[in-house]
Amino acid sequence: MAKDDKRRFMLEKVLKEHNYQESALLEILHHAQEIYGYLDKDLLMDISGSLNIPPSHVFGVTTFYSFFKLRKPGQHIVTGCLGTACYVKEVEQIMEAIEQEFNLKRGGSTSDGKLSLLITRCIGACAMAPNIVVDNEVIGKATKELVIQKIRQVLSEEKKIEA
Amino acid sequence: MKLDDLQRVAEQEEDFQRAYKYRINVCCSSGCVPFGALKVLKAFEDAVKEFGVENECKVARTGCIGTCSVGPAVLVEPGDYLYQSVTPEKVREIVRDHIVLGLPVKEMLYSNQAYFQKQHRLVLRNAGKIDPSRIQDYISAGGYSAIAKCLATMTPQGVIYEVRTSGLRGRGGAGFPTGQKWSLVARAQNFPKYIVANLDEGDPGVFANRTLAEADPHAIIEGMLIAAYAVGAEKGYIYIRSEYPLAIQTLQKAIAQAKSMSLLGNNILELGSFKFDLELRFGAGAFVAGEETAILASVEGRRAMPRPRPPYPANSGLWKKPTLIQNVETLANIPLIVQNGGLWFSRTGTPKCTGTKCFSLTGKVGNPGLIEVPMGITLREVVFDIGGGVPDGKKFKAVLVGGPSGGCLPETLLESRIDYDSLTKVGAIMGSGGIVVLDEDSCMVDTARFFTEFCIDESCGKCTPCRAGLARVKEIYDKITHGQGELGDIATLEKSGVFIRDASLCGLGQTAPNPVITTLRYFKDEYFKHILEKECEAGKCFKTRDEEAEQ
Repeated sequence: MAKDDKRRFMLEKVLKEHNYQESALLEILHHAQEIYGYLDKDLLMDISGSLNIPPSHVFGVTTFYSFFKLRKPGQHIVTGCLGTACYVKEVEQIMEAIEQEFNLKRGGSTSDGKLSLLITRCIGACAMAPNIVVDNEVIGKATKELVIQKIRQVLSEEKKIEA
Repeated sequence: MKLDDLQRVAEQEEDFQRAYKYRINVCCSSGCVPFGALKVLKAFEDAVKEFGVENECKVARTGCIGTCSVGPAVLVEPGDYLYQSVTPEKVREIVRDHIVLGLPVKEMLYSNQAYFQKQHRLVLRNAGKIDPSRIQDYISAGGYSAIAKCLATMTPQGVIYEVRTSGLRGRGGAGFPTGQKWSLVARAQNFPKYIVANLDEGDPGVFANRTLAEADPHAIIEGMLIAAYAVGAEKGYIYIRSEYPLAIQTLQKAIAQAKSMSLLGNNILELGSFKFDLELRFGAGAFVAGEETAILASVEGRRAMPRPRPPYPANSGLWKKPTLIQNVETLANIPLIVQNGGLWFSRTGTPKCTGTKCFSLTGKVGNPGLIEVPMGITLREVVFDIGGGVPDGKKFKAVLVGGPSGGCLPETLLESRIDYDSLTKVGAIMGSGGIVVLDEDSCMVDTARFFTEFCIDESCGKCTPCRAGLARVKEIYDKITHGQGELGDIATLEKSGVFIRDASLCGLGQTAPNPVITTLRYFKDEYFKHILEKECEAGKCFKTRDEEAEQ
């Protein structure tokens, strides 16, 4: 933790703002995830110590809510909406196509850590179903071709920057 | 701010708006933004300057207009001309022809008048008409005059009386009479009291509450203020899904504005000593958190797990204090009831179920979007008249009412009326207001399996019928959809469904078997086909192991 001074400093500020209160645990976890990107074991231990509550309680709350990420996500994130409206409009076929094309499973990342495929239970753009989110950009009325093209594009843009 | 100041702000804003001959409302809600609404907004701002009409035409960023399937949507007033699928390229033409020359661009107008004809907009009265980021817009539309009326001329009991007379019932799904709930909290003698507004819209396929928060956040705040005055609460929380960034932003801004005009805080409107403070609390992706005792646990920073009732939250809620929990749609009705009287409100809808209800209409339907209809309208009117029926020449198969734990109803039940009691009678629920239309491409066995899977994911695991029962039900579905079903499975499913419904602790478990029970009741043929003939007409089931391995 010590080497991340700046981020730890931001977290401390959040903790202080909430008066180190146990009841603010959810708010603090939200902020911590914003600051660090995900919540690993050390970070949760740190929060548990700061709030003076048992680690089991912090882990219990964190794992209960699906919004909290416990593993480091890939550099690019594709999220498939598996809400009812998208399911009815065959989002499953698109998800299968992505999994095949980029050789990864939903909930996981590619071996090089470049791409993660997640699912969500509804982004609320149901009238445009099926929806796939690629790096915060929503693709509505999505098709396999559109989505795969878009994912290739974000992956290749990265290569350009690296080059 | 005092009462007179409120009046003055309203008048100033009216004068300000009267100066404009036209007003262009660009829908910038979560439904339209992903499809370029912000670029369209910018293009309009540029175009009115380019044509030199910026002094007679106001470009406003508004909430949802309701036609989410043809976004970005743009509404030009006066005359309510609704343009569909507007792109930045088309903007110049609209400004040139409509604003400069006064000739609406006919070929871009939304032509489906039936979509709006059967709707009745009370909750969404301001949606798409006002700029949600400006409190002045809300005030000039009559906003905050209801809380002023309460403080200046009504007693808390008087307010509760009007709400009781209105017949308003909780829009969160259970339909508990709102006035009765308020009386219970008002009578509790334990302080401080709290209010929690439920905006944890976890149902997949439902976006009515989010839309309301994005389009008219002050209506929710004013509703909470009135409720707080009536029950004697001093502190409120809006519990909102963290998956709704735009709604959060809009509400945060609205709360800050209300505070700066002393419509929240101490000595509101300087009438008496009424004070009320409001904070947002963020959910974190747990469907069960919408249940009223689970939401309390979550606001307190714990796992969102329901607990048995009694004690009811009205007596022992947040931190064991009396707490009023209401869905935001219920709250948005309140200012209207105070303004026009409970009797006026009770004239809309049916005698036992008054007012309107917002629905997210999605699935295989021609005009998906956000609708608000009077209670008592039939499902057929919603699906075929407003929704335009099933597109692409496909055949209607079922309509799912009430989200993932709602009921799948067949065509023969389309004459059912939408109200709490009629829906319960046919095995569906009002839920949080999701209507999903399924066509012949959907397999009812697979659909029931999908919803069961969702409820397993979202079950909190506290009580056994829901945690273990649903898992067993899904095992049976997996058997059937893989060609290993036996005739006895149908009876087992029926028995398990009823058992889970009757024995679960909270609303999630009690309603989770609804898709199972209703598909068994109305689509039993499909189950027989799957089990006896190993046939799935929709082609969803019986994937071979190779096909599954590929996935």
